Amino acid sequence: MKDMHAIRVTVNGRSHELVVEARRTLADMLRHDLGYTGTHLGCEHGICGACTVILDGQPARACLVFGVQADGAQVRTVEGLADGERLSDLQQAFSDHHALQCGFCTPGFLMLAEAYLAEAGDQPLTQEQARELVAANLCRCTGYQGIVEAVLATARARSGGNGTTEGSPA
Amino acid sequence: MLLGRGRFVADLARPGLLHAAFVRSPHAHARIGAIDTAAAAGLGGVHGVFTAASLGHPNLLALLERDEFVPTPMPILAGEVARFVGEPVAVVVAEDPYLAEDAVELIEVDWDPQPPVTSIDAAGSRDAPRLHEQAAGNRMVDLLMFDDDSLPAIFAAAAATVGGTFASARVAALPLEGRACLAEWDDRDDQLVMHVSTQVPHQVRSGVAQALGMPERTIRVIAPDVGGGFGLKCVVGREEVAVAAAALRLRRPVRWAEDRQENLTAAFHGHEQRYLARAAFDSDGRILGLDAEIDCDTGAYSVFPFTCAVEPLMAATELPGVYKVPAYRARGRAIATNKAPAAPYRGVSRPQIVLVMERLMEKAAEALGLDPLEVRRRNLINADEFPYLGVNGITYDEGSYAEALDLAERTVRDKAWDAERDAVRSAGGRAGIGYACFSERTAYGTPTMSQRRMRMTPGYDTALVRMDPTGEVIVTTGTCGHGQGHETTFAQIVADRLGVHPDQVKLRQGDTDLASYGWGTWGSRSVVIGGGAARRAADVVASQLRQVAGSLLEASPADVELAEGTARIRGDASAAIGIGELARIVHFQAHRLADDLRYGLEARVTYDPPGTFSNACHAAMVVIDPGTGAIRLHRYLVVEDCGVVINPMVVDGQVRGGVTQGAAAALLESVRFDTEGQPLSATLMDYLAPTAAEMCAVDIVHLETPSRFSETGAKGMGEGGTIGAPAAVLNAINDALADTDVRFDHIPVLPQDVAAALRGSTLPSALSRAGASR
Repeated sequence: MKDMHAIRVTVNGRSHELVVEARRTLADMLRHDLGYTGTHLGCEHGICGACTVILDGQPARACLVFGVQADGAQVRTVEGLADGERLSDLQQAFSDHHALQCGFCTPGFLMLAEAYLAEAGDQPLTQEQARELVAANLCRCTGYQGIVEAVLATARARSGGNGTTEGSPA
Repeated sequence: MLLGRGRFVADLARPGLLHAAFVRSPHAHARIGAIDTAAAAGLGGVHGVFTAASLGHPNLLALLERDEFVPTPMPILAGEVARFVGEPVAVVVAEDPYLAEDAVELIEVDWDPQPPVTSIDAAGSRDAPRLHEQAAGNRMVDLLMFDDDSLPAIFAAAAATVGGTFASARVAALPLEGRACLAEWDDRDDQLVMHVSTQVPHQVRSGVAQALGMPERTIRVIAPDVGGGFGLKCVVGREEVAVAAAALRLRRPVRWAEDRQENLTAAFHGHEQRYLARAAFDSDGRILGLDAEIDCDTGAYSVFPFTCAVEPLMAATELPGVYKVPAYRARGRAIATNKAPAAPYRGVSRPQIVLVMERLMEKAAEALGLDPLEVRRRNLINADEFPYLGVNGITYDEGSYAEALDLAERTVRDKAWDAERDAVRSAGGRAGIGYACFSERTAYGTPTMSQRRMRMTPGYDTALVRMDPTGEVIVTTGTCGHGQGHETTFAQIVADRLGVHPDQVKLRQGDTDLASYGWGTWGSRSVVIGGGAARRAADVVASQLRQVAGSLLEASPADVELAEGTARIRGDASAAIGIGELARIVHFQAHRLADDLRYGLEARVTYDPPGTFSNACHAAMVVIDPGTGAIRLHRYLVVEDCGVVINPMVVDGQVRGGVTQGAAAALLESVRFDTEGQPLSATLMDYLAPTAAEMCAVDIVHLETPSRFSETGAKGMGEGGTIGAPAAVLNAINDALADTDVRFDHIPVLPQDVAAALRGSTLPSALSRAGASR
């Protein structure tokens, strides 16, 4: 007998009602029940961060959260970043700085950085902080340099040019 | 991709989709008795349970046509014997992946555990169990590739002989997306359609066809977006064949997406190698002779199609590298152990051979009291010696070996790394700078690959370039990019020949029904071979365009130039016609053209070059915490020469990603087992992949020596970063320990190795680091 629960969750501003099994992860629910396949699964044990989404304003590993725990929550996924076909400033910076190759880890990095930058407001971001932030997730293709640069560039632009680029290299 | 609209295998949905999960061996070596599948099969929602017996014992057989090679067929599902922890013995197909895993738990296997073989030494011992009855001494291949009777006399007379045991740990390629496939039968096309996360769609087709006894026509393999490969996906996985077999039996779509534990234990590994190497030098530091015994722990089976020989053959053939070695002996072996099979992971033996040669250069300098960079200079193949025929029978085409080293040394000096190192040292810390010089044979065509004598010899590739009636261009190739930016690079190559904008060129790849038989993307081959074929095909289409334009403008085709979307007559500004208009006329008004100009703008061309060497010099600076032994990568420089750089952003991305994997192999990564062959690194908590915190910025300087063996002048460069980094980092670590008698010749060097060495304790041997199981 499956342990099923009816829940309501808002994803990228759109409300969904669905019935999920208690053991189903938020990641699987988003991907396979709701069709938000932009959220990727790289390890399913909370290390790689490819499945990072923004859950009620905080970055969260969607593989470590059950779908039922998102009952009543606001979830933001990579599909919610762009304005239609227009890339967000962060997405554009990833493109400009060659911050992706295979692209599998990219949604996780985007959501991680988006949550951090939103919370930081117009606080400047240092090289070291950017590297520390990016160190939360794994990328196997890029060597991280482009990702760090893209996050720094976005922070700089959002804080009206106040971010630092001086100091140790990215 | 940025919008979250990528299309990876696990994203693909189908009506009636079923999900596969595998029952895997919990033992490193065990005879398989009865398998009770009744409870699993009876679970609601389970549609099928298959074992080796119920599938008819299919296998993947990779063959090398050499007497020294012992074939080891890899069963799709192990039938009588399981040879490593994680080996699949049954597959369950169910309506939900959670349910499939539940059903796996219900399957009872009667195991009869056998003593395992878990190291190179144990495999060769007199009383070692045999993994395969036909493989004496657990040797799957044993090749004396080169020998020289004069070596004993050379070593006897040498001013210095240096050598040692050099070892590298077993590592995982670790693409962020694991392996995955979706197989479904299509009645209408009489085809099994497979979406596979692979670098080699045609070889997956061949593998499935051979294993299941089907004509290749009846299988179509499509690689959708692929989340990294690094070699792991350039071979055929038995799980892919099992899923195909299940979909055929059930006539339902079946999907499997590997989880990370499977990926770290049951997918292919690589790079577990040990070298007993020595070199003779004269008093000026010139190398006189080189002798190497090379053992590669290649796990339980030969992989399809490359075989277990890919590592030992590469190592024994290419060890001399960028140096002029007059006398050479090398023996390479592939050793069977009760571990997952080895596949060609990024670099394939070259990270190891470069590490060996660069350590030998350092040791020679130390023994002779010479500057280590000067010793390298005295041995490098000089610019005026290309093409250089090496002792290994390889002809090295033009490179910039000495120039790259000089430029690296100068850049390091200009950036004041030495001053920074000295400042760390005078503050009581430890810091070191290390170098690595190397070249990398890329884009092996069949002229080169045939020397390996593989039953399936890869090399060539074919491109089809077609212009549609609106003047847009479709390029299909058998190469199969997965993050290397081939869409951009190929578009640039073709657009440049046709005089259109790169945005008007669309690359279609990764589909066996779309492309002619091709060999996929690995071995730094795609831009040279696939790109070369595309360029040649584009030239044919350009010639077609010029003839049509010449006919319409009443000019000689030789006077037509294609640029900026227009066919123009040289020297006549008024005579021009848009390329889109030409395409429209060819397709829609064929009657206006002479017979030989009618019907289509397209060409299919195959390219099969011998291969070309790119080269580089890497420099690394590490800082070591004298208390904990922690090693931090502090600075990194790459001076690289991949010939003509078609897209600098793509090239730099490949270099940085490669360096990160190579540096991590030197400092972090190790697939470990206990003495019973149980994996100790089955999660990303235990298998340490590098994060941004472990990496530093990588500065890149380009040299450009165009290749004469490449249509575009470009050389392959997808692996160089990974090849050079281990040696550069290891030399930097040894430089940081220069005032002690500690020298490391193995990777990874872990903090505990350094701390123990600095305490003067007995060092763990290189092998125990490499295998943790002897």
